[in-house]
Amino acid sequence: MKLKGFALGLAACASLPSLAQVSDDVVKIGVLNDLSGIYSDLSGQGSVTAARLAIEEMGGKVLGKPVELVFADHQNKPDVAANLARGWFDQGKVDMVTDFPTTSTALAVMEIAKQKNRVVMPSSGLATSILGEKCTPLTAQWTTNTYALAAGTARALVKEGKKSWYFITADYTFGHSLEKDASEVVKAEQGTVVGASRHPFPGSDFSSFLLKAQASKADVIALANAGNDTVNAIKQANEYGISRKQVVAPLLTYISDVHSIGLDKAQGMYLSEAFYWDYDEKSRAWARKFFERQKRMPTAAQAGVYSATLNYLKAVEAAGTDEAKAVMAQLRKMTINDAVIRNGKLREDGALVHDMLLLQVKAPAESKAPWDYYKVKAVLKGADVYPPINPACQIASK
Amino acid sequence: MKAVPAPIRILLALLLPALLVPAFPELAYPVFVMKVLCYALFALAFNLLIGFTGLVSFGHAAFFGWAGYTTGILMIRLSAAGLPVELAIVAGVAVAVAIGWAIGSLAIRRTGIYFAMITLALSQVAYFLAVQIKWTGGEDGMQGIPRGRLLGFIDLGVDSHMYYFTLAVFVAGFLAVHRVVNSPFGQALKALRDNEPRATSLGYDTDRCKLYAFMLSAGLAGLAGSLKALVLQLSSLNDVMLSTSTEVLLMTLLGGLGTSWGPVVGAALVVSLQNHLAALGGVVTIIIGLTFIVCVSFFRRGLVGELQAALKRRTRIREQHEQHRPEILGSPGEQASSV
Amino acid sequence: MFDVSLQSLAAQLLVGLINGCFYAMLSMGLAIIFGLLNIINFAHGAQFMVAAFLAWMGFAQLPLLLGPAYQINFWVALILAPIIVGALGVLLEKTLLKRLYHLDHLYGLLLTFGVSLVLEGAFRHFYGISGVSYGPPELLQGGVDLGFMYLPLYRGFVVVASIVICLATWYLFEKTKLGALLRAGTENPKLLQAFGVNIPLMITLTYGFGVGLAALAGVMATPIMQVNPLMGANLLNIVFAVVVIGGLGSIMGAIVSGLALGILEGLTKLLYPEASTVVVFVIMAVVLLTRPAGLFGKEK
Repeated sequence: MKLKGFALGLAACASLPSLAQVSDDVVKIGVLNDLSGIYSDLSGQGSVTAARLAIEEMGGKVLGKPVELVFADHQNKPDVAANLARGWFDQGKVDMVTDFPTTSTALAVMEIAKQKNRVVMPSSGLATSILGEKCTPLTAQWTTNTYALAAGTARALVKEGKKSWYFITADYTFGHSLEKDASEVVKAEQGTVVGASRHPFPGSDFSSFLLKAQASKADVIALANAGNDTVNAIKQANEYGISRKQVVAPLLTYISDVHSIGLDKAQGMYLSEAFYWDYDEKSRAWARKFFERQKRMPTAAQAGVYSATLNYLKAVEAAGTDEAKAVMAQLRKMTINDAVIRNGKLREDGALVHDMLLLQVKAPAESKAPWDYYKVKAVLKGADVYPPINPACQIASK
Repeated sequence: MKAVPAPIRILLALLLPALLVPAFPELAYPVFVMKVLCYALFALAFNLLIGFTGLVSFGHAAFFGWAGYTTGILMIRLSAAGLPVELAIVAGVAVAVAIGWAIGSLAIRRTGIYFAMITLALSQVAYFLAVQIKWTGGEDGMQGIPRGRLLGFIDLGVDSHMYYFTLAVFVAGFLAVHRVVNSPFGQALKALRDNEPRATSLGYDTDRCKLYAFMLSAGLAGLAGSLKALVLQLSSLNDVMLSTSTEVLLMTLLGGLGTSWGPVVGAALVVSLQNHLAALGGVVTIIIGLTFIVCVSFFRRGLVGELQAALKRRTRIREQHEQHRPEILGSPGEQASSV
Repeated sequence: MFDVSLQSLAAQLLVGLINGCFYAMLSMGLAIIFGLLNIINFAHGAQFMVAAFLAWMGFAQLPLLLGPAYQINFWVALILAPIIVGALGVLLEKTLLKRLYHLDHLYGLLLTFGVSLVLEGAFRHFYGISGVSYGPPELLQGGVDLGFMYLPLYRGFVVVASIVICLATWYLFEKTKLGALLRAGTENPKLLQAFGVNIPLMITLTYGFGVGLAALAGVMATPIMQVNPLMGANLLNIVFAVVVIGGLGSIMGAIVSGLALGILEGLTKLLYPEASTVVVFVIMAVVLLTRPAGLFGKEK
């Protein structure tokens, strides 16, 4: 008698539809970035905090299962990143990995995630190569990319009459990518590229290249580099009096860089960012929460990690599972609107097309408080600044 | 029957747990162990040069990295067309030996610190080439290197298959180094290390010995690099960078120069350190720096070297005690062989 | 590639000269330490960096802690930082470096390499990698229009100051009694000790002096480079090549090669910029193979 009841109960259980399939009974987010090296200021611990804020906003649970966070330092090395990700996927039960300053680390992990069916959401990995030949269906390049950043700044400057451009480019793939994307936009707007110099990466003294740029008499000296290179180049451009007669346009800057340069040297510069903490009430409210913990305002990369994590968890909730393909399908259905991303739609090639900001750096007198650095000159619609889908990306050409 | 030397005895003892690793992935993650084995082989190759020949090279990453690139590009472009993975590995080793010949024949013209500086300068050139040559992928690196099929049918894409293959190559490499060190050629190298002028006066062609040792070391380092490229399916600029050369120096120093197992112990420690402290960021650099300082100041023989010395002391004390006892006849037995 | 105007060329040569001055100053410290003490001071770049940070800390952070009256300006830092960093160098020498003199060069190199890692890691941990800003002192702000280029006043100061420092140091070591004593002490320490000269003290002070030179270069670099934990490491590669090319023990060699390589690097940046870092190593390899003692050195 008892056995029959038991068997019936078992059969009943087996026939219940599985309500929520969460692998390993936990949803785990991994933040993989540079915690100690050249990109630690724009991502680093701040990204970890940002992810944590997103998890807390979801109440720490999704589909009744706990959400956990792990993080590690890939030291900007693709093999370290690949190793860590592999371990996370095979043994660590990690479902989604995010951040990735240094695109080569993103590409390495994207490859492994494709094999193991996991989601990758680069926030600080910005090169358009992620959307090109190496694209995967499980990748969402969340915050922005080199093309979108360059397009906004380039178009605005050329429209102002600054038609001749000289590039100072960091001699590695990322720098080349920035230069190529910006050149395309300049030429499309009937501007001209009068010359380019490649400097070793990382560089420290840009005097020679700046002087060459000065001799070219170009309207704009575009800096196709990032981080310390950009900061040093701008400082030195000031020293040589170049910034007085020619426009110095950095193609990739974070608010942390402007903080390092100082408003006195950076004032008047045009640049594009995906996020500015002081944009509106929503972004301010979130940024304040971030500031309480990190004592610095969030960079666009860190804000991107928050948004990516938040929306990933929402997608898991809506899809009823953390299985990678289902979550990606769900993400593509959503229109993303949060404190960071406005009017965002995830494209098939992995680009999250959303509004970008054209900003100008304030003069020291105009800044009322620390981190009050930018004037918002324009909101750029995603469709206007994002690159078209690259035909080399296989998944999008169906 | 000749007694089995200590290093081989240790190898046999470790073989059983090593064979069981894929069965217990939670205890020992197979990909991690494979990475350790590759770097251990790299360190063994390096030790051949620094520990047994007394030559310090600051450019070993050139062999490690370029072999990886060679194997990688061959597998990516030609494995679908039927290129066997064994051939790709052999090609990688060949490239490493070639670069070893090129750098070595220039470097051995000088000695001591000048030799080291030449290896440094030339490996920087090798790095520059890796950055400029398009097919290495620059700092994106080479990703998705297919592992291929061993002997045409064993799919190395399965982690456990790759693991046994890596283990086999490591054991072969270890035995090869052991053989070289204990051969007449090895004796010549040690003589060279201890007193080069005397070795020359005894009739050894020291320059040729050094070049052969250099090329051998380069080839083994290349083998390690090719293997690593297949294990992690990735080859990047990091592998040819100066930091990799200093890393292998640290591994060998930490483990013990001139010992058989020292480099392996050192490699295991350094790789584990980097893995487990990955969340700590800048602190890892500080720890590595402190390790260098402590090792060089107090621990010059390295962990295995110190262990050896401690064991020798105990054996000597025991022997002294035994000699005081009148009943003991005959010699105390063979010297404790080096570990 | 060769259509450069004379004006452009002149500008690039001047820029190269300015860089060369830094290389010369830094290599001089290294050359002294190797030439007299047989130590390869891999920590030179890190010591350079620490001095730069100290200058910045004195300027930006000390007034926050103790009040505006305690701000250390550039000129004071120029004296204080080398003393502090030099003292730390002396401490290092007395505790750890000293024990390795009887061994192969390699161990001294590895020890100082370890020290550089610790210093860089520590500063990275506390100050991040973006670095901090530091402007030239008021006296030297602005610039002068030379016709073919606009020369920032501060950079002109660097050229003049470094040449003065280099020549003074060379004179001290090659032409004075003290210098002769130092050189004799390294060639035959026992004999000199018999004459009552305190050799260990001499060695310690020499190391401190060499480190002090690096620190001086560090303070002078702060207005030009972003003060960040890796500023020394980036320069050290080139500086080592300079010292080898000039001759590992020769002060004049370090000065001349430093200046020459700075100019050569400037020219390379003009003609084939991607190679501007590797050209130095190619020259180093060539020199090592043809004249290992360097252009001015004596074979050891």
